[in-house]
Amino acid sequence: MLSVQEADFDVAALYAQLRSTARNAGAIVTFTGLVREFYESTEAGREPAVQRLVLEHYPGMTQKALMAIVDEARARWDVLAWQVIHRVGPLDAGDQIVYVGIASTHRGDAFAAAEFIMDYLKTRAPFWKKQHTAAGAHWIESRSADETARARWEKR
Amino acid sequence: MLNIQYFASLRETLGRSSEPLALPSEVNTVAALAAHLATSRGGAWEILQDTTQVLVAVNQTIVDRSHPLTGAEEVAFFPPMTGG
Repeated sequence: MLSVQEADFDVAALYAQLRSTARNAGAIVTFTGLVREFYESTEAGREPAVQRLVLEHYPGMTQKALMAIVDEARARWDVLAWQVIHRVGPLDAGDQIVYVGIASTHRGDAFAAAEFIMDYLKTRAPFWKKQHTAAGAHWIESRSADETARARWEKR
Repeated sequence: MLNIQYFASLRETLGRSSEPLALPSEVNTVAALAAHLATSRGGAWEILQDTTQVLVAVNQTIVDRSHPLTGAEEVAFFPPMTGG
């Protein structure tokens, strides 16, 4: 189940759905990403910024890119059922932004598939974050640590 | 006609989100298209040739700069992704 949506999601309901879909599963891993509180450097020190995040995406490509990532995970690991949700639009600190749920026969495959999907999603799915603070708006820069995390999954 | 799309910070830097473009006959790769736009328009457009700051998708799939173009594709230019 793949969804790109503005609406929030209910992890308990998603977990129940995953559990009822994959009846022979021995393991379910769910991951939820949250919008962190951002801080700004001011003369008084590091102050929590009054902020909002706006998620832009490339609608024509997003589903295709996410499905390619999921297909690769399913080819590598035993995945009985899966769910990927990514929110777009305006989000505030503390909001849920991304969710991955994997049901598998064994925990190793469930952990690996979920982490693989997240590492690829962060660097290969067309989403961009713009941060709005009291000091103005700016686009969040990509982190080299995210690309390093993705690259370790490359087949040698 | 190419359908060119620009996203996120690149869309703001270049001041447009999309445009149709008739592909010049000598332009037949992504790299050549980026060079064509950068040199014919100059200024902010020169960023298109920076392969670390600008990624490219052809028909909604990320490609290398050597990817061929026939002139009927959807080509998207955008900064490195920051989702998740």
